[in-house]
Amino acid sequence: MRVLEINGVEKSFRTPQGPVPVLNGVSLSLERGQSLALMGESGSGKSTLLHIAAGLEPCDAGSVEVDGVAVTGAGDAARAAVRRDRIGIVFQQFTLVPSLNVGGNLALQARLAGRHDLDWTDALAKRLGLDDLRDRYPEQLSGGQQQRVAIGRALAARPAYVLADEPTGNLDQATGDAVIALAQELIAEAGCGFLVVTHSARLAQRLDRCLTLDAGRLA
Amino acid sequence: MRAAFAALASHWRAKPLQAAAVVVGLMLATALWSGIQALNGEARSSYAEAAAILDGDRLDRLEPIAEGRLTLEIYVALRRAGWAVSPVIEGRVTVGGRSARLIGVDPLTLPNGRLTGAFDGGPGIGAFSAPPWSMLAAPETIEDLGLRVGERASSDRGPLPETAVARALAPGVLVVDIGAAEALLGRTSLDALLIDPEAPRPDTGWAEVAGEALRLVEADDESDLERLTKSFHLNLTAFGVLSFCVGLFITHAAVGLAFEQRLGTLRTLRACGMSARSLTVVLLGELVLVALFAGALGLIAGYGIAAALLPDVAATLAGLYGAEVPGALTLRPEWWLAGLCMSLGGALVAAGHTLALAWGMPVLASARPEAWHGAQQRSLRLQAGFGFLALVLAGLAIVLGGGLTAGFVSMASLMIGATLLLPPVLAGALSAAQRVARGPVVEWVIADARQQISGLGLALMALLLALSTNIGVGTMVESFRATFTTWLDQRLFADVYVDPAPEQTARFRDWAEDRDDVAETLETVRTQAILGGVSVAVVGRPAGSSYRTEWPFLAAKDDAWDRIAAGEGAIVSEQLARRLGLALGDPLDLPAPEGAWTLETVAIYADYGNPKGEVGVDRERLTGRWPGTASDGFGLRLAPGASSDAVMRDVEAAFGAGPDALIDNAALKVFSHRVFERTFAVTAMLNVLTLAIAGAALFASLATLADRRLAQVAPLWAMGLTRRRLAVLDLAKTAALATLTAVLAIPLGLAVAWLLVAVVNVEAFGWRLPLHIFPGQWAALMALTLGVALLAGALPALRLARMAPARLVKIFAEER
Amino acid sequence: MIRALFLALVLAVPAAAQQADVSDGLGMMASDPGSGYHEVLPETPIAFPADHGPHPGFRIEWWYITANLEDEAGEALGIQWTLFRFATRPGGEMAAGWATPQIWMGHAAVTTADIHLAAERFARGGIGQAGAVAEPFRAWIDEWRMESLGTAYAPLRLTSSGDGFSYDLELTEEGPWVLQGERGYSVKSERGQASHYTSQPYFKVRGEVEIGTRALQVSGRAWMDREWSSQPLAEGQTGWDWFSLHLPKGEKLMLYRLRDERGGDYLTGNWITAPGQSERLAPGTVAMEPIRWVDVAGLEMPVAWQVEIPARGLSIRTEPLNAQAWNALSTSYWEGPVRFDGTHRGVGYLEMTGY
Repeated sequence: MRVLEINGVEKSFRTPQGPVPVLNGVSLSLERGQSLALMGESGSGKSTLLHIAAGLEPCDAGSVEVDGVAVTGAGDAARAAVRRDRIGIVFQQFTLVPSLNVGGNLALQARLAGRHDLDWTDALAKRLGLDDLRDRYPEQLSGGQQQRVAIGRALAARPAYVLADEPTGNLDQATGDAVIALAQELIAEAGCGFLVVTHSARLAQRLDRCLTLDAGRLA
Repeated sequence: MRAAFAALASHWRAKPLQAAAVVVGLMLATALWSGIQALNGEARSSYAEAAAILDGDRLDRLEPIAEGRLTLEIYVALRRAGWAVSPVIEGRVTVGGRSARLIGVDPLTLPNGRLTGAFDGGPGIGAFSAPPWSMLAAPETIEDLGLRVGERASSDRGPLPETAVARALAPGVLVVDIGAAEALLGRTSLDALLIDPEAPRPDTGWAEVAGEALRLVEADDESDLERLTKSFHLNLTAFGVLSFCVGLFITHAAVGLAFEQRLGTLRTLRACGMSARSLTVVLLGELVLVALFAGALGLIAGYGIAAALLPDVAATLAGLYGAEVPGALTLRPEWWLAGLCMSLGGALVAAGHTLALAWGMPVLASARPEAWHGAQQRSLRLQAGFGFLALVLAGLAIVLGGGLTAGFVSMASLMIGATLLLPPVLAGALSAAQRVARGPVVEWVIADARQQISGLGLALMALLLALSTNIGVGTMVESFRATFTTWLDQRLFADVYVDPAPEQTARFRDWAEDRDDVAETLETVRTQAILGGVSVAVVGRPAGSSYRTEWPFLAAKDDAWDRIAAGEGAIVSEQLARRLGLALGDPLDLPAPEGAWTLETVAIYADYGNPKGEVGVDRERLTGRWPGTASDGFGLRLAPGASSDAVMRDVEAAFGAGPDALIDNAALKVFSHRVFERTFAVTAMLNVLTLAIAGAALFASLATLADRRLAQVAPLWAMGLTRRRLAVLDLAKTAALATLTAVLAIPLGLAVAWLLVAVVNVEAFGWRLPLHIFPGQWAALMALTLGVALLAGALPALRLARMAPARLVKIFAEER
Repeated sequence: MIRALFLALVLAVPAAAQQADVSDGLGMMASDPGSGYHEVLPETPIAFPADHGPHPGFRIEWWYITANLEDEAGEALGIQWTLFRFATRPGGEMAAGWATPQIWMGHAAVTTADIHLAAERFARGGIGQAGAVAEPFRAWIDEWRMESLGTAYAPLRLTSSGDGFSYDLELTEEGPWVLQGERGYSVKSERGQASHYTSQPYFKVRGEVEIGTRALQVSGRAWMDREWSSQPLAEGQTGWDWFSLHLPKGEKLMLYRLRDERGGDYLTGNWITAPGQSERLAPGTVAMEPIRWVDVAGLEMPVAWQVEIPARGLSIRTEPLNAQAWNALSTSYWEGPVRFDGTHRGVGYLEMTGY
């Protein structure tokens, strides 16, 4: 089952010197249970592609479908609903809500989506080694712990797929490896798709597929 | 160093709102503070001038024990016995419909220097002290009364001497030679003898010369005016300090945020080899420049505030205390200097923490979530601790201390304590709310609000201060108004009041008795006596009249009027009762000329607005003890259906009584009420100003916090909340915090009101005001607060609702 | 201010005289007939006791006593007691009470070799605070008094007090009143300004002077001047230097120099013989020259003088008892005891105004 379908997406940024094209007709798709690494140099447009795939930013042309729901052309509210109900996002940093403790952060998106499953969240917390940290606040966690909370929160809502933007960028190698391994395991169990933007070849090779973006086109 | 300066300064160009917040904060702080100081200074210096020139209270003086007893012969006898005394005659004249104080002095014997300033540029003493005389008045007085320099104005007492300008005189005072005063006021006796403090006192005591006609009134360290108006000025000063603090809150928030946002630049500068010391110097230099600029703006604004308020303050002082303050503001160099120092000092206080941070800042730092939780726990504990201590101090000051100072210490401690306790209390309230909240969004909003207490705390504290002051002063004012109005209605129960000239008294009495439309003639007499070392008015009222049924008492014995009529009872004003510690049933010895008159205190009555004590007795009994006591005027109760206008017209026709001598009850009440309204116009205006500043503080905090807030809201947005919803939630949260603060301000405001009414007022004026509660006022204030909060939050919320997604996305990828 | 007033009063007189000069041209009499004040006329005789009392119709008047005293240790000292009366406008002698134009001023001083203390009083006439009565004689301002002890004019009691001093003296007459100028008509300038002027230079004094906490029993001689006028100075006259000297063998000498800013000082005086015969010393027969100047209150004052009256065989040098005898009052001037030697030896008083 296809959870993400991107077709001929184009995007350019307005600058004082005129529009600068970032994406020039990118197409890709992701199936449930499949993992995909998106690589590229800085400025290749990979983060922009991710933001479009997540419904965070609109594109200029082309179409994006998430879990069978068209995101392109949808309004702000519709895109927000898609994010809430169908996508789990893990960012490089500041991905947690600082005012909520670990327990609150883990359950937040699932509750927003109206799909809070206590057993599943508990199971996730145990598997992610967060059981004893539920009352802590993000500021009291290490970087690895924070990313594990972010992954738990993304999965707790049982999204169609999980999007991760340099999830290990702020972590040392060992911690990064451990976090990704755990994430892959849980995503596989949940049967979601997994799209990771990274410039780490080491991380990319652990995923099912790898695409490289160069100057706004897939190589 | 210059490059560093430029790098740091570029931030302000990028963030004009923050720059505005710093400047506006300091400016507002300086403006209100210096404006109020200017007002106070103006009033004080004018009292000081008045006192320096003529205020007899500053000199020991001899006064007659009864009117007419201080004769010219006694004066001359004292002089010839070596007493360096100088005679004074005082009265009032009406010029162009306005009443002025006429003081007659003898420039030849006036204690050295007392009138020196008055003659500068005026007539010589020769022209002043011999017929046709001349009359000295301050320029304001000349303008107010419509006088013309070099011309003779007409008054209710006949033509006045030629007007001359004497700048150093107090406003509202006309100074003439004693000979002129005697002729104008139709006097045959003197009102007081001022004793030259520098002259040696002769061996022969004044009493040996003057017999029992006189009594010594010792000089006060401060004049009556100063003492009376002290409380008013303290109120104003408290407002000034409050406004200054609120302004500092704004500055503190803005400076702190600017520092944080410039951390990157600061680190880069440090990494480029700038020492911590140089960096601190650069930051300090920047701060001083900003403070001086904002301070200068603040002084200009302060001058504007003072100039706008001065007429009201002057009216208040004149209405409440009869103190005249010139209506024009003069710029004093010390005022400018003090304003700039306050601005500079305030900026340093507000930025001190930030500067300390810059000094000890590590060159490298890693990006981590804002460590708000631990910091908040610590600061809440600290605030709760200090807040509690301050409250204890407030209580102790009331229980153990006494006097005006203790009242104000208690009030300050209460305000500080309550303000410090606000964040812990808000946090506690939100924690409680969190436990009962259902739904992820509501829970997040509450959690977020709790987190925001750290950032908005100062602004909310400012709001609490402004609101509670508002409620406190508002409650006091309304209580005063309610009490005063009722009291006035009861007290002025006659329809027409007439004060005929002394030689017309007997004729007027007969005239009034004969009229059919006058149902009752209430004549009072008045003399002075010394009680507890202070001069007290003794007023005789007819005990067998409608005073018996109409006169309002605070406390009275059942047979009060019977005892008064029998010459055994006296009623005592609240001020005097407090001063002498008199309770119902206590004996009171009045020093009458023929020996002490022992009376029982049978009632205590309110005498608001009268700083001097008063004793009331039966009129006939009084004139029996003080033979020849002059009439103090008549109250006429009209027959049903009679017209007060007609009676007044006839009085005017028959006795030529002018507006000063003839008063319509209704007009008197209207006048009194108007004085009262003006009296508190200043307070009301200051209330609005402080609330506006608190709103500005809230806005400044919200606006400057908006960037930092993105880290809080971006994850929610990523998880599927629209920007618009987030903005609405933000606004609702601000409104909720402000409303919660307003709710907490009510008990605090009531406590402030209680202190004002039951402690400060009693100490300052000698009477206690019943406390009335006005929930309508609170509701209005809540609505106003909500409006202010929504207004303050509107712009940041709007910006959030319209923020480009790319900007939000950057939060997750950028180092801050 | 009060100082300014009296300076103005005193200095306004020449200004009034100047106006009178203009309006009346030459041949001025001693006062301006149009001014409303009484005129000083040569034919008006001085008559006692009436003239012991005040002359409210004249503009200005004084009772002026100076005394050269010694304490029991033989130390010299001097006292001054002066009562001035001014009218601020003419015709006011009828107005009573506060409305009177009569203003009284008292000056009193005590001088020793190293102390000079002075005091001042002001009072309105018409209310009894100050005044003078011819018979029985009394003159007073506040508690300062000069009054006959009995029905006769003398003996007199003289009291005064000020900050740091007081005195209580009894004055007895040892000779007659003498008329100054020509029969009491004393010319003050070439242009005829004049005053009525009579003196009693023959007072013997006993009494007590208190200076600080010291009470001194004193005795000596006193000189009283009585003078009233409506125009004491002529235009251009800036001040005067005035001597009253007790010569040996009971002779007395009164001398003055009216300084004129245009030059031509007016010097005159009276020589009084022991029995009380007074002879005017015409201008040109008297010479007075300062011989020593001293800084007094910031002014250069001639405190020592050479006096020559060749016709009388008099050539003396005067020296002050205390060169700093400055009355720093609202009208300030130098007034102090002097001693002199040369052809004659003795004591007296010097007054110098207008410096």
